[in-house]
Formats: sequence, structure tokens, C-alpha cells
Amino acid sequence: MKKLLLATAMTAVSASGAMADIKVGILHSLSGTMAISETTLKDTMLMLIEQQNAKGGINGEKLVPVVVDPASDWPLFAEKARELLTVENVDVIFGNWTSVSRKSVLPVIEELNGLLFYPVQYEGEESSKNVFYTGAAPNQQAIPATDYYLEELGIEKFALLGTDYVYPRTTNKILEQYLKDKGIAQDDIFVNYTPFGHSDWSKIVADVVALGADGKKVGVISTINGDANIGFYKELAAAGVSADDLPVVAFSVGEEELAGLDTTNLVGHLAAWNYFQSAEGEANVEFIKTWKATMGDERVTNDPMEAHYIGFNMWVNAVKEAGTADVDAVREKMYGQKFPNLTGGVAEMLPNHHLAKPVLIGEIQEDGQFDIISQTAEVPGDAWTDFLAESAVLKSDWKDLGCGMYNTETKTCVQIKSNY
Amino acid sequence: MIRIIAAFFIAFFMLVLPVSAQSSFQDVAQSHFPNIKRGSVKTAPPVIADIQSYGGDVASRFLQNWQSKNIWYRKSDERLVTVQQLENKSYRLFDLETEQAIGEAAKSDIKQVKPNSGLRGLLGSALVASQLISDDLSVRKASLDSLTRNPKPNHLEPLRTAIAKEKNADLKSRMSRLERLLTMQFDTNTQVRVKAIESFTDDLGLDVRARLNPMLNATLKVSQTEPTDQNMARIITPSETGELPIDKAYSMIVSQGWAPASVSKDAKQKALVEHIQESKVGGILVSDLNTLANRETAYTKLADAGLALQNVSEVQIQEALSKVYFYEVYTEQSPEVVKAAKTTLDSINKKVAFSQAIDLFLDGLSLASIFFLAAIGLAITFGVMRVINMAHGEFIMMGAYTGYVVQQFVTNYTLSIIIAIPAAFMVTFAAGVAMERLVIRHLYHRPLETLLATFGVSIALQQLAKNIFGTQARPLTSPDWLGGAWEINDVISISWIRVAIFGLSILFFLMLWFTLNKTRLGLETRAVTQNPRMAASMGINPDKINMLTFGLGSGIAGIAGIAIGLFAKVTSELGSDYIVQSFMTVVVGGVGNIWGTFAGATMIGFLQKGIEWFNPSNTLAAQTFMIIFIIIFIQFRPRGIIALKGRAAGD
Amino acid sequence: MNGPLTKFLLNHPSVLAFLSALALFTVFVTIGSEAFGYGFVSTSFVKTLGKTLCFCLIAIAMDLVWGYCGILSLGHFAFFGLGGYMIGMWLMYERTRLIVVEATQNAQIPMTNQEIQDAIGTQIFGVVGGSEFPAIWIFSHSLWIQLALVVLVPGLLALVFGWLAFRSRVTGVYLSILTQAMTLALALYLFQNDSGLRGNNGLSGLQNLPNLEETPQSVISMWFFWASALALGLGYLIVKLIVESKLGNVIRGIRDDEARVRFLGYNVEIYKLFVFTLTAVIAAIAGALYYPQAGIINPAEIAPIASIYLAVWVAIGGRGRLYGAVIGAAVVSLLSSWFTGGQAPDISLGFYTVKWVDWWLVLLGISFVAVTLYAPKGIGGLFDKFSKGDNQ
Repeated sequence: MKKLLLATAMTAVSASGAMADIKVGILHSLSGTMAISETTLKDTMLMLIEQQNAKGGINGEKLVPVVVDPASDWPLFAEKARELLTVENVDVIFGNWTSVSRKSVLPVIEELNGLLFYPVQYEGEESSKNVFYTGAAPNQQAIPATDYYLEELGIEKFALLGTDYVYPRTTNKILEQYLKDKGIAQDDIFVNYTPFGHSDWSKIVADVVALGADGKKVGVISTINGDANIGFYKELAAAGVSADDLPVVAFSVGEEELAGLDTTNLVGHLAAWNYFQSAEGEANVEFIKTWKATMGDERVTNDPMEAHYIGFNMWVNAVKEAGTADVDAVREKMYGQKFPNLTGGVAEMLPNHHLAKPVLIGEIQEDGQFDIISQTAEVPGDAWTDFLAESAVLKSDWKDLGCGMYNTETKTCVQIKSNY
Repeated sequence: MIRIIAAFFIAFFMLVLPVSAQSSFQDVAQSHFPNIKRGSVKTAPPVIADIQSYGGDVASRFLQNWQSKNIWYRKSDERLVTVQQLENKSYRLFDLETEQAIGEAAKSDIKQVKPNSGLRGLLGSALVASQLISDDLSVRKASLDSLTRNPKPNHLEPLRTAIAKEKNADLKSRMSRLERLLTMQFDTNTQVRVKAIESFTDDLGLDVRARLNPMLNATLKVSQTEPTDQNMARIITPSETGELPIDKAYSMIVSQGWAPASVSKDAKQKALVEHIQESKVGGILVSDLNTLANRETAYTKLADAGLALQNVSEVQIQEALSKVYFYEVYTEQSPEVVKAAKTTLDSINKKVAFSQAIDLFLDGLSLASIFFLAAIGLAITFGVMRVINMAHGEFIMMGAYTGYVVQQFVTNYTLSIIIAIPAAFMVTFAAGVAMERLVIRHLYHRPLETLLATFGVSIALQQLAKNIFGTQARPLTSPDWLGGAWEINDVISISWIRVAIFGLSILFFLMLWFTLNKTRLGLETRAVTQNPRMAASMGINPDKINMLTFGLGSGIAGIAGIAIGLFAKVTSELGSDYIVQSFMTVVVGGVGNIWGTFAGATMIGFLQKGIEWFNPSNTLAAQTFMIIFIIIFIQFRPRGIIALKGRAAGD
Repeated sequence: MNGPLTKFLLNHPSVLAFLSALALFTVFVTIGSEAFGYGFVSTSFVKTLGKTLCFCLIAIAMDLVWGYCGILSLGHFAFFGLGGYMIGMWLMYERTRLIVVEATQNAQIPMTNQEIQDAIGTQIFGVVGGSEFPAIWIFSHSLWIQLALVVLVPGLLALVFGWLAFRSRVTGVYLSILTQAMTLALALYLFQNDSGLRGNNGLSGLQNLPNLEETPQSVISMWFFWASALALGLGYLIVKLIVESKLGNVIRGIRDDEARVRFLGYNVEIYKLFVFTLTAVIAAIAGALYYPQAGIINPAEIAPIASIYLAVWVAIGGRGRLYGAVIGAAVVSLLSSWFTGGQAPDISLGFYTVKWVDWWLVLLGISFVAVTLYAPKGIGGLFDKFSKGDNQ
């Protein structure tokens, strides 16, 4: 046993030998329950890195990807992150999908002053000096979608369906408060949580349909995660629920999830994202073409992929400007960094480590793609929501205030480290 | 000749006059271009009104095209057009008014106008009058749908006109039902409304309840004298736990100006901070303000000194509340209508409650049959042969993937399912036989170790599936005749796929029962499981029997996989979602006979639905309690619901 | 060391060998560590090794309950996880309290106790959409009580569950499935947000010890490594003492023929209950040492599959020989870590490249089957062939 340990230790040492190349860590689950979503992001990163190397790398240095598999095991994320930062000495990490995996990695990244690009829409209420959030904060996805419901579809009663974990919980908490502020009564907000991978949806769908009995127009806001959606939409289709009668807007359903479904009976249901594959524009066409050429024709693109695309390119430009891949130098150069979105317009990195991005609402079509029916101007991401009393007073500004949790009332920094 | 010329002239004037009298339709539409392009419910109504007032075919054609996403515009000059896609992927553009081709354009030069569904609804309801009497049946149907969703009082007339003209019996009955609904809601004559309401006494329709309930809406009011409003619903007394909390009630009085506002905690704190002088407030040291009592004292001092608003005490609030009356008044003006609505709704709700119970029962039945289907293969391999097959879930998964693969080659869904079912059986039968021959055969005397070995097979198979099919979920689509739901009424409905699964479980149950109890194979199987040596000496080949039995159990798992894949998802994790539940089903029911599995699945399915019914917002809790119940249940019936007696019951 | 113990060690050279090997290994890692030595063993690897030692400890417990007593429990990770949760509550509470107290230093009015409590609650539960402290956090301010709970809560659960199960004579496969149901129920319960332990998110940031912000992780990781090594050594010794005593003979007797032992007049249930509860407590201690090194505990940790893996470790290492359990746990978990780490080189077959990330689990699965079929005594069994072991 000792020999084995020794051998492992030795290899670990030899692998850490200094090289001139810039190392990019990729921390996405390739096995376990989250592999379904995260493998795609690993492939995206490898594609982007290859493209950048074909252009000659950064400042003459090649990019070397280091792929690890945290296996959808949250503690393993922390272990692998530490390994990437101390053994592999990577300059940047692109990774994570679930909030819990991010919370697992946070202390490690902050302790070792790493740099993480997190590409998925999330619940906000967090700000770390060492993380750039390239996915949507609630005000870049949930709030605009709710506004769309209230203003365009005239929804008066809301069913908030979610998988029982932190993103739906927090998002729904924000939405509940937001809806109450908009004059929706507590009785008109129905909340339900189901476990991961839930498949028995008949009763829940029936309950939601029955909400319409008091004559108010009902809309579903779904934060159902991953493959549980497949059963949910199948049940919805079977119940003959038309999008005109009972629309469903989803925050976690993209092209990838719809690939596992026949969408003919789901036409007209909605999703809100910052990116859809159907967005028109040359950059997007080019991106899709490269992706399909690399991965196969049946593969689709989705929102977190665009987030990595923007994040990676911003990081590349920041490294170029800084002349080094050193974390602190790169971070300084990240603020105000601009890069064109695939959907048109320009994304900008804000001092609160979030992006300003447009919000798109799409209707599901028969071919499993989304028809974009609404696109806003760039919305600046907000780390701390304005709709909960305790967060409304908080502000994140790493550039000038050097604080991710700044209380604007008492004018003090609540804490430098993020809350995990 | 003159007549011809005259006719020509008349025709000419008829054609030209409207155009010369006002601007062209294109101009009208173009003048609203920004709002048409954006397509928001907020900005659309004036646009629609303007276009409708232009009138004529062209206007309603435009609205229809707009509704069905057929309007495009040319990016260069923002001209609104309709288009037709050509074979070479470019588009031919047509004028809105003349419908003449005006040129061709590439996809990148034009852009589609995409109204959202709210706007499409508006457009639909604007078109009701003309579409309800359209010659095209499908247009009339669509129009009726959109009217059902979004009726306005002014639709009552066009609807009544349309009913008179309608020939299609089916559509006519739908129209007249809607007419009654609109009558009870919008008609001006109270008697007519009451009659319409009473006509729905036996109708469980959601749309009926959706219109009756709002008639009983009431608004909360407060008065200083005893209320005498004849349309009053009831009097409410405020209480801390009741529907009208004290705070809310008091703030109503305050907003009427009948009582002074109470001071909020934040306001008090703010006042204290503002009046800190030499680290003291109201004579109390700031460092002592870490208790509520001290803060209260300090604040009272401040208030007494006139530096802050006077506090309102609990007693004062109670006193103020006792002086007023809170009551609700129906928003509906006519008491007769309210009364009729109430009686009708009561009668409907009673029936709804009954229907809901039946619906819950059906849900439970459906869940039970899914559990049964997932577990029945185990009932054979584990229940009869005592082999703990942890790879059972992966056999289910293999079945589902077989269905997916078949659908890649056979695109007719009905045919593909017919092929997939035996294919899945064969694939998993073969896998089961292979596993029995290679692994399990060597472990019959070490039952606990089959658990480990088959667990190894399970994780290997799961990863293999990932390597082959990728981690993304794969579609397995049911044929159209299995889509949709069996709707008994608006409350009771169950999707056909679940009905099919129920049927399949019953079929399997009968088949297995027959095989095990009435056939030679069944007899031999039972003989081999009870005493292999004795069976062998009677001329039965235990090896062969074990192999066949195991193959049968696995094959059934494969078919279960197709059923589960059809209603849920096909991923490599599919099997592991069902394995623990399946084992519990078999154990709870009682090992060794399929009646037990039947009973176990029924109990677990109904129990879970029952618990969900008590706590509808939390499905996880239902599952947790169900398992805890099972654990306790097994303490009292360690051999399950249907326990074998005698020697066969030994381990 | 007192007389009888020395005698015991002399009579059982394998124990001595194991303890010396463990001591040597600890010294070796210490010399190699970044904090106390030459730094050729990275901190992340120290953490991996420390966690592996905890796995070895729970594997010993598993070996006692399964290999010696014949109860195939598929739920021991529930106790492991509960131990982690109990210590995690204190770590989380205390760290957050310090942050809150510091943040409110310059508030204009000092906070009431209730307000401080609320602020801590908001910090901890804000993530999952709550702010109030659930009743189960009542002792979380006290390290000592939580440390006691590390032992008491899993111990009591095991006692109650075991008493119910053994009393009604649930045995064999049924018991395995029942224990599996227990850990599934616990995991599902904890998955709920309303369970009061932050649902799916669990307790995180556990590697940052309160009041020790200035101490680098390289040092903390060594502390935990030492603690884990000590716990493993003690656990090994205690379990060995038990299995070599008269008690151990009865336990083995129960494994081999429960009915016969019962007829001999022993109260089988009491013995089983003792073993079940003791091993649950050992598992809980292993968990309490493990999670501060892992940094986060959440319900996924106690999903049934974890406990099945535990059984597999013991089977691969070899049941009924304690060092076998240790070897199995160490080998399998370290190999897993190695293959998922991306360091294992891909094998190119020309037409197909074997990526270990994709094929490692297939290999692992097949090796379970192979071990069960061809080496029922596991890796430990191989040792027996070369040395005349003093087991059994």
C-alpha cells in the first residue's frame, strides 16, 4: 500500500513541475448525476482552448487544459479544486454547475486565491473575490420572465414548481417577495418542491390545473432541474395543457434538456435565458458550426456554453492586457472587459463580478428549438437582490470598494470572504 | 359597349376610391411599425383598433397573418410584407395589400415579426366576430378556443349570431355552452343570468368554476357603525392567528384616520440612533441598549420629551379595534346572482371533492402499477430464486435504451413500440442468462455475495451505457394513441400511457401467476427453489431452470424499462432510481410469491399518494415518511404482507 | 502501556505490524508534508490521505459488523454522515458567529442577543431561503455538547433501529434492505430544505476552523491527518481486542450459526445490538474526522450507494481480517481518486482511445465481480497465503 501511495505522491510531484504554458483547469463532472449537463461544458472548454491555440495561444504561450472529474460528488469538487490549484498550478478554473458544488469550492478558491469562472444561472446572494459569475443572476432571468408573465400574459396566479435545492428555494423566495410587491396575494402563489429526478408528476400537474378554478389566469414558473423535466413535460403534454391556457416558463430547461423529448405537444411553453441556439447573428452561426463539426450534428448549443464562451474570451483578453496569467493582475483587467454576445450586443464584466447581458424569452417549437419572442437590452447582473429586505442594502463592488458584501446603510463591509 | 364601359368605370371607382379617400393600408400598417415589431400587449390595442377601423379583407388578413407569425419586414426599408420560402432558401416577398410579389430576399435581409402569446390572444379575440362565422371549420374552432380563453362582454352578440349559423353539431354544442357561460357572466338581465347559473349545477368543468368563483369575490371594508350593506358577505373579527391579523386590521383603521399610526421597530431604532448624545439616549448608555426593554425605556423617554412619535401600546390597539367593524361585501351587485352562484358552486364543489378522491385513487393505482412493473422482475429473481440482483435496475435501463435504439431505425412510433417490446425482452433475457451463467451460478450458496457481484455488474453497465449513449437523456416517444389523457371529467383524468402501464402490470401479473402455478416450467422452478437436490433427483435440470427463470425475470425488467422510459426519461441513471424502491416493494409484500409483490406495490403506491395528499407542497417528505413507515411495518411483519408459511418460508 | 496490552500485542504480531506500519506511514507523511517537512506531499494529497484513513476506520467497523458478526449492513454511512453533521453544526455556527460579531462591531446600537442570533441564522440559512434556527441547532454553540452528540446521535439511532430490527428477528437479506431503507430515508429527509440542516446544500466551509483563520490549511490538514491516524490505530486495537476476546468468539458464532448460539443460551440479540451500535459509533467518529477535511457535508453523502461501496471495500480487502478492510478501503478509494483526477494516462488503441475517466467505473465493476468469484477472501486473503495469519 505504501508503495502505491508513494508512487501516487511522486507522480503528483512530477506533474507539478513548472512549465511555461498557461494552464486552464476544467472542473466539470464527467460522471454521476450532473454529467448529463456538465460534460457538454467540458467539451465546450476544450473546443475554445483548441481554437485559441490555433490562433497562437495567448502572448505566445500555449494553453494547456487540465481536465478533472469531480464525479457529481460535492466534497470531491473541493478536493479537485485544491489539486488543480496546488498540484497542477492552473492559472484559472472553468467549472461547476450546481450551487452546492460552487459552495464547496468557494473556501478553497478563496484560501488559495484562485480564479473561477462559473457559467450557470444561479440564485445570487453571493459574491466572491475569486469567482466571476458569467451565468444569470435572478434579476437577469427570473425577474424579467416574471415581468413578462405579469405584463404580457396577464398572469394573476403563480405556481412556482422547483426541485428541492438551493437555486429554486432562493429564486422562489425572491419571486414570492417580488410578486407580493406587485400586488399578488399570498394565496395566489402555489409553491411545490420535488426531489431530484422526480418522475411521478400526474398529481402535481393536476393540482396546478385545478388552481384555475377561481377564474384567475395561472402561470407556472419552473425551476425544475435536469432530467426531472422530461417526466414533467411529458405529463403536461399528456394532460393536454396548452401553453395558451397554462404557460410554463422554465429557468433550467434549454436545448439540451429538450433533446430528450418530443416537443410537438409543448409548443408555446417558455424558457428564459441569456442565450438561445436560434439567436440570429454571424458569431452564433459560426459558433454552432464549429460545435457541430467538433461534436456531431445532433448536438445543440445552450446558455451555459455561451457563458463559458464569453467568460473564456474575456479572460483571454484580460490575460493579454495584463501580460501575465497572474490572478490578481488578471482580475484587475477583467473589470470593464467587453465581449460581443452570441445573441448580439456586447457583454460587459461589472465590478461585482457579474455580466451585463440581454435577457431572452423563447417559446418552444416543434423542432426542440426556441423561438425568441422577447429580447431586452443588456441587464446588469445583481449579486444581491433588491427584492429581499436583508439583501437590498448590500452591494458588491470589488473594483473600488474591494468588498463583495458592502452594507450601503451602515457603509461598512460586512465580510470579505463570501458566505458558504 | 356603354354598359361595359360603365361597368368598368364602376369597378374602377370601387377599386380606387377607398384608396384615394384615405392612405393605403401599407401606410397605416407602416405607421405602427415600431409597435408591430416589438409586439407587446401594452402597445398593441391602439394598433389593432386602427387597423380594424381601416376595415376590409386586407385588415383582417393582416391581423390573421400577424397572429400566425406570417408577417415579416425587410431590414433595409422596414417594409412589412408576407413571405414565401423558395427552394433555394431565399424568400419571395409579397405586398400586404395587393398580395403581389415585390421581390426576393435572403434570410439575413428580412426578419420575422414574432408576437408573443399574450398578443396572439388579443389578435384572436379581435378577430372573433369575423372568424366565428368563417367558412373554414378549423378557423372557427381556433377562434372559439381563443374566445373561450379571453371573453369580453361584447363577444356575446357575435357568439349568438354564430350559434344560429353553425352547422357542425359538435362545434355548435361547444358554442352554446360558452354562450351560457358568457350569459351568466355578462348578460344584463338578472333573471337570465340566474337561470344560466343554475343550468350548471351538475357541471364539474373548470371553466364553470372559474367563472362562478369570481362572482363570490368580496372586498374587505371597515366601518365605525354596524354595517347594514345588504350585499354583505360576513363580519370578520381580527385575531393574531386568523385570516385578518391584528397588524393589518389596525393599519386599516390608521389609513382611515381613526387612530394614530403605530411606530415600527425600525423607526424606533432610527429615532434612537438619531438622538444619541454623548453616548447616551434618553438617559440610558448606548452600550446598555442591547436589550429590548432598555430600548423601549429609552424610546419612551424620547417620546415623552417630544423628540419622537408617541408609541401605541397593545391596549390602545385592542381598544381601537373593538370600536370598529370589519366586514366583507360581495363585488357582485345583484344578491340573486350571488345566491344562485353560491348554491350552484356548493353543489359543484361537493361533486368535485368526490371526483378528487377518485382522481387520487387513480394516481395511487398508477404509481402502484409502476412500482409493480419495476419490481415484478425482482419478484422472480429475488422473491423466488433468492438472488439479490442489484443490476436489476440496469436491466430496466437496458430495456429503455433498446426502445430508444429501435426508434432510431423504425420511425413509426406504433410499429417501433410493437418491435421494441419483444426486442427489449430478448436483449435483457440474454443479458440475464449471461449474467446467471457467468456470475450468479457460482454464488447460489453465498446469497449476500451475489449482492456485491451484481452491484459490480450494475456500476459497470451504468458506465457502459454512459460511454455508448452519452450522458444526455434520450427521447423515447409514445405513439399518438398513447399520448393525451383519458378525461372522465375536468377533475378526473389519467394519461393513457399510465392506463397502458396499469394494463401491462395486470397482464404480467396474470402471465406470471399462470407460468409459475399452472405450467411445467413453473412447477419445476418452484421445485428447484425449494429443494434443488431433490428436484435434480426427480429428473429436473436445476441449471437449466435457474437460467430460464433468471432470464424471465430479467426479460420482464426490460419490458418494464420501455414502459418507464415512455412516461419518464431514458438515461443511464434510470435504473438506480427504481432499485431501492423495487426491493422494498418485494420485501414489504412478502418474498416468494407474486401476490406479495402485488400487495407491496399497492400498499406503497397508495401510501405515498396518501401522504402527498396531506402535504402537497413537499413530495420529498412523502417519500421519507413512506420509507419510515415501511421500516416500522417490517418490524411487525418481518415476512411481509403475504408471508409464506411452513418450511418454504425458511431463509 | 500496561501489562495485558503488551501481552496482547506480543500474541498478535499482526496488530503490532499494523500499528507500526501506520506509525511509520504517519511519520513519512509528516516528513513529506508542506507544513512540517520537505513538502513533497502536497496539502491536497495530505487531505486525501487523511480522508482515506477515515474510510479505513469505517471499513474496520464494517468488517466487525459484517465480517465478524455476519450482519451485512448497507446503512453504515448514515452514521458516518450523522457524525459529520454533528461536528459540522458547531463548525458552521461558530465560524458564522465570529463573522457576525465582527461585522456588528461598529453598529451604532449594540445588538440584542436575539438580534445576533437572528443575524447568524440569516447567514447560515439565508442560502436556503430561511433565517430561523431550527430546534435541532439548540446545542450548536457548544463544541463539547456537539462532540458528545457525534457519538450519541448515531449511537442512539443505531440502538433504536437495531433493537427494533433484531427483536423481530429480521436477518440476512431483509436486514440489508432494511438498513438500506434507513439510510435512504435519512438522506431523503436531509435533502428537504425544511430538515433544518440546509437541505441539499448541507453544511459547508467546514475546513475553516473557527478562531484559527490565521493557521494555514497545510497545518490544519496535518492535524486532522494525525487525528485520523490516531483514531484508526485506536479503532483497530479496540476492535481487535473485541474479536480476540470471548465476546469475539460469540460474535463469530452468531455469524456462523445464529440459531445454535441462541440454543446455547446466549442472548443473540444483545450481542448483535452491541456490535451494531459500537460500529455505528466508530463510523460516526470516522465521519466527524472526515468532513472537516472534506469541507462540506450534504445528504448525497449518505445515499445508499455509499454504504454499498463500503461493503465492496471490505469484500475486496477481505472480510474477517481487519487489515483486509483497511487495505480494501485504501486501495479502492485512492484508485478512484487517481483515476478521476485526470492524471492517469489515456491508452490509445489506434481506433479508440481508452479514457480512464470513462472506463474506470467499468473496470471497478468488473473487478468486484472478479474478486467475489475468484478471490472470496479478497486481497487480504492473498496475504494469508504467504504468512500464517493469527486470524480466525
